[in-house]
Order: sequence, then structure tokens, then C-alpha cells
Amino acid sequence: MKTVGKIYSIFIYLCLYAPIVIMVLYSFNAVRSTSALSFDYASSKYEFGHWYAEAFQNEYALNALRNSLILALLSAIAATLLGTLAAYGLHHLKMRRIRSAITTVTNIPMMNPDIVTGISMMLLFATVFAIIRIGETGFATLLIAHITFNLPYVILSIMPRLRQMDKNLPEAALDLGCTPVKSFFLVQLPFLFPAILSGFIMAFTLSLDDYVISLFLSGPKFETLPVFIFGLARKSVPPTIYALSTLFLIMVLGLLVFSNIMQARMEKKNNIN
Amino acid sequence: MKKILAFILLAATVAALCLSFASCGASDKYKDIEKIDTPYKGSTLYVYNWGENIANGEDGSMDLVKVFEHIYGINVVYSTYASNEEMYTKISSGTVSYDLIIPSDYMIARLIEENLVQKINYQNIPNYKNILDNYRVGQYFDMGGANGAAEYSVPYTVGMVGIVYNTKNVSEEDVEDQSWGLMWNSKYSGKILNFNNSRDAFGVAMFYKGLDVNSTDEAVWNQAYEALAQQKPLLKGWVMDEIFDEMEGGNAYVGAYYAGDCLNMLDVNEDLDFYYPVEGTNLFIDAMCIPKSAKNVGAAELFINFLLEEEYAVENSLYICYASPNSAVINSEDYKEELGEDSYSILYDVPEAYLNEDGTINTKVAQPYYNLDTATRDLLASLWDRVK
Repeated sequence: MKTVGKIYSIFIYLCLYAPIVIMVLYSFNAVRSTSALSFDYASSKYEFGHWYAEAFQNEYALNALRNSLILALLSAIAATLLGTLAAYGLHHLKMRRIRSAITTVTNIPMMNPDIVTGISMMLLFATVFAIIRIGETGFATLLIAHITFNLPYVILSIMPRLRQMDKNLPEAALDLGCTPVKSFFLVQLPFLFPAILSGFIMAFTLSLDDYVISLFLSGPKFETLPVFIFGLARKSVPPTIYALSTLFLIMVLGLLVFSNIMQARMEKKNNIN
Repeated sequence: MKKILAFILLAATVAALCLSFASCGASDKYKDIEKIDTPYKGSTLYVYNWGENIANGEDGSMDLVKVFEHIYGINVVYSTYASNEEMYTKISSGTVSYDLIIPSDYMIARLIEENLVQKINYQNIPNYKNILDNYRVGQYFDMGGANGAAEYSVPYTVGMVGIVYNTKNVSEEDVEDQSWGLMWNSKYSGKILNFNNSRDAFGVAMFYKGLDVNSTDEAVWNQAYEALAQQKPLLKGWVMDEIFDEMEGGNAYVGAYYAGDCLNMLDVNEDLDFYYPVEGTNLFIDAMCIPKSAKNVGAAELFINFLLEEEYAVENSLYICYASPNSAVINSEDYKEELGEDSYSILYDVPEAYLNEDGTINTKVAQPYYNLDTATRDLLASLWDRVK
């Protein structure tokens, strides 16, 4: 039985990761092809890492990458701030019904198919622009949209942690002479921090990831990497895309590892306490 | 506190990464090219083009956007789309404004009809004279001017569909008649590829059977359906991009695809060859247009003119691999040499049957696909479902 289980898990992992591994391999391909994979650089007109060099020389790609990172960072920070406040407020709402009603409403951007969110936001901005007679989709519209769809994830990641918190903890802080503000920053915030961090990282990766919503809301002055990459794939997919995607993957992977390490450390510390 | 510090550190690293990317990439490769002063110096030009549809410095090409920026001191903001429909959504939403777009023929017809593009002042584009006459006059998507002259567009690339086949597996007598019939030859059963989009797949059948590809007659489409149903058991599959792998790897012997893309396949696999079937084929044109909402029309005209200039147009055509409507390119010795005899003849040597008496391409034989009316589109969709 054990071997069956092992084989099963190996199979599942293979299905999950084989495409990614193959993409990474192709990003080091010595020929420009999607059928032949070769590492024979000696007889190739390309040197090792050519597609990476090309990706790094492509100013538009780098610009799109930079845009993606800036947007992910800012939208994640904003969503984390707003989300923490919202979760805190929701948790302290006395009336249960209202709380569950509000929670449902805040979850809508998460449940909505991306394409609906994207189109409806584009329509909204188009109307606003028509009324004020100026404006263009771009950084501002993207930022608003990304904060919107990031928000529920942040709230969802913080709420359970709030429920875990001993109700007596803030009260004890008050008893010991903290002001409510001090109690929040010195006692409750450190307790919530792992959840806030994972909410932030979730928001960051989601924003980095998003294609559908960004497609409708990006403008000539501001385009994100996924939108740029898809635009490239008109004919055959050029290997530079594999290189860019691999870099993208490494970034997201790095963040995941980082957040896991942080969490593991914090749990360890909490257990010691 | 430590955690928060670590967190801020992470944020700072990401921010630093962002900034460091901003500074690299710029190069002064083109600083020796002479600058030209115009009233548009210092302004910004917004260009919206297909992905991979302009020479961008890769594979030893010239980065045309950079060169243009250098010569005219105009800042170009360049973005790309993957389909005509994607571009249309953006342009028609009214949330963006671009100064130059490069749609395909049927989409240009639609943009003109919906008043989303503006008339071009050809006087400001002296190099427009380089465009072959037959692409300036009588193109179905834009022929409202005097004697059927174009008013809204400047042709950018021309593409045609043909058959790519493997000379190792396909015997010579089977390609002698240069016909679409090869796609129905049962000798190559299981090794034939057709398009995986309804219009192109039906197009192949309709050219083979001598039917009108822009017909609104149900009976005509049913005939094409019959031909496709007949072909189905012989097919390896309906494919788009996968055809590169299949033909380059030698897994399929015969396939229909766009000539420009077939050049790439022939580059990879020397056993492949290509022809335009004599019965006729689909011809499609991408052309430059200026949207109604453009804010920098003057710079857009400069850019169009720049792209039509021999030196840059040759660079561009070599990169894009599609045929050019530009006489300066077609007659350029450099172009012929760089592209190679074989590739040049694939792109430009069309069968006699395609030509008018004066040597121009007869668009009754090498035909564009018109925008179909809703009823025909629905019919096509349902027939396509049935055949698949």
C-alpha cells in the first residue's frame, strides 16, 4: 500500500511540475524552436543563456516587469493596510448578521470571474472619463482594480487569526496601563503579524499574476508583464518568453519560500513562549 | 520588531530591484544616425501594434523604435496586442488613446464603419509612393476615395496562405499540379494538417472546390462542409501554432499555413518545401491606421513615413518575414540577398494564375476574407462544430 501511495504522489507531482520544468529547460534551448530541445551550444548560433540576455536587452519587457513589480508592491501594501483595518473592524462588530452580510459583500470581488470584474471596471472608468472629459486607463486604474481584488484575500487571511486571539489579551494590556492605541500596536499587531504577512504575500503574488483584469485596465503608458507576454505570443512563442516566465517563476517562488520560512520561525517562537 | 524590520527590508529590496531595472537597457548604438528636426520634437507618440510585428533589435535586427526616437527626438510609447479583437475592445472602449494602430483588413473595414479611425493626409507621407499601386487602390476594406483609392490606411504587411510539405515523404508527382488536392490525398492519410480556426479551414476547402470564400449562400458553405468532412479521416489534426512542431519535427507531411511563418519552418527543417496552390488562396493585409482619438497625428505620420523608407522597411520586412507591399523593399538587392533566393521566391513568386495582365496580384484569385454577416457567421460556426 505504501508503494502505491508513493507512486501516486510521484505521479501527481510530475503532473504538477513537469510543465514548469520543461519551460525552464526550453529557456536554455540552443535553437529557436518549440519542437527541438538542444543544449549543443558549440554548433549553435546562440551562446548559453542567449534568451535571458535578449530578455534583458528588451527594454519593453524590463519596463513591463518593473511596472508589474511596482503595481504588485503598491497594491499589496494598500490592500494589506485596508484589509487589516477592515478585518479588525469586522471582528469587533457586535451584530452578527451585519457582520456576515458585510463579509459576504467584501468577498464578491474574489468570487466574481476575473473577466466580469475587468469588463465592469473598464465600463466604470469609461463612464467616469466620459463625464469628466479627461483620463485614460493606466497606472491609477490598475492600482484601484488590483487593490479591489486583493482586499478580500487579505481580510480572509487575517480574520481567523483574529478569532484565535485570546480576548483577554488586549484587556490585559489595558489593565497593565496601555492606551487602546498602544495595546493595538504593541500587543495585537505582533500577534496578527504572521497573518498580515501572508495576506500581503498573497496579495503581491495575485497582483503579479493577474492577466485578465489587467488586460482591460492597462493603458498605453502602463502595461504589466503578463499583458506584455501575451501580446508577444502572436505567432509562435519566442524563447525569450520562457526566459521571462522563468524569472517570474523564480520571483514568486522566492516569495513563497520566504513567507514559509518566516511563518515556520514565528510558529516555533510562539511554541516556545 | 525584528520581523517587521525584515519585512521592510524585503519591501526595500523589491523597490530597489524595480529601480535598477529602470536604468539598464538603454543603448547608444544608433547615435551616428543623423537627427532631423521637426515641430514634433519632444512630443510623445503612442503606438499599438501586434506582438513581434516590428524589428526590435533581436536576432541582430535594428531596433526601429529606438532609431525613430533618436532621429526625431520623439518619445515612443509602444504596446502590443495578440488579436484584432483585443485591439478593437481597447480602441472602442474610449478609455485609451493611441496615435497609431496596425489592424488587419477586415478589422479596418469595421473601424472605418464605426468611425473609429481618421482619414490620413497622404501628402504628409511622401514615402507612400513606395507602396505598390494595387495595394493603394481597390482594397475592399478601404476604397472610398477617388477611383477606389485608400483613405484611411497604409499597408504594412501582406500575407498569403499556402501548403508546406515534407519532400522526404511526399513524392514529386503529387505536388506537380501545385494544387490544394494534396490536402485530400489519401496516400498521406494521418499526416495532413489543417487550420484550427473555422474561417481558414473552410477557406482551404472552398479554394480547393472553387467556391466563393465570401459567399452568403448556405448551399456554398454546405459544399465546403462536405469537402471538410471528406478530409477529416485523412487529417492528423486541426492545428495552429502546433504546426511548427509537427512540420519541423517531421511528424506531419502536409499542412496549410501562412507563408511568412512557413519560412521559419523551412529554416529549421531543410526537407520542407512550400507552394501557393494554383486554385487561389487567402490574401490578408495588415495596414497602419490613425485612430480618431489620436492626439499626435503629426508624429504618427512621421512614423508611418519612417517605416516606409527603404532602409528601415527592409530591416522590418527581414524581421517580420511576411511579404511587403513596399516596392522599395521588393526591389532592394540587400533585401533579396539577406532573405535568400529561396525565401524570396516563396514570398513573392506567386503562380501565374494569381496575376493580372499587368503583373499585379488579382484579388479575385488571391482573395481577402470579408467580414461575414451575422447569419453566415452563425452558419459557419454551426458547420464547424459539426465537422469537428
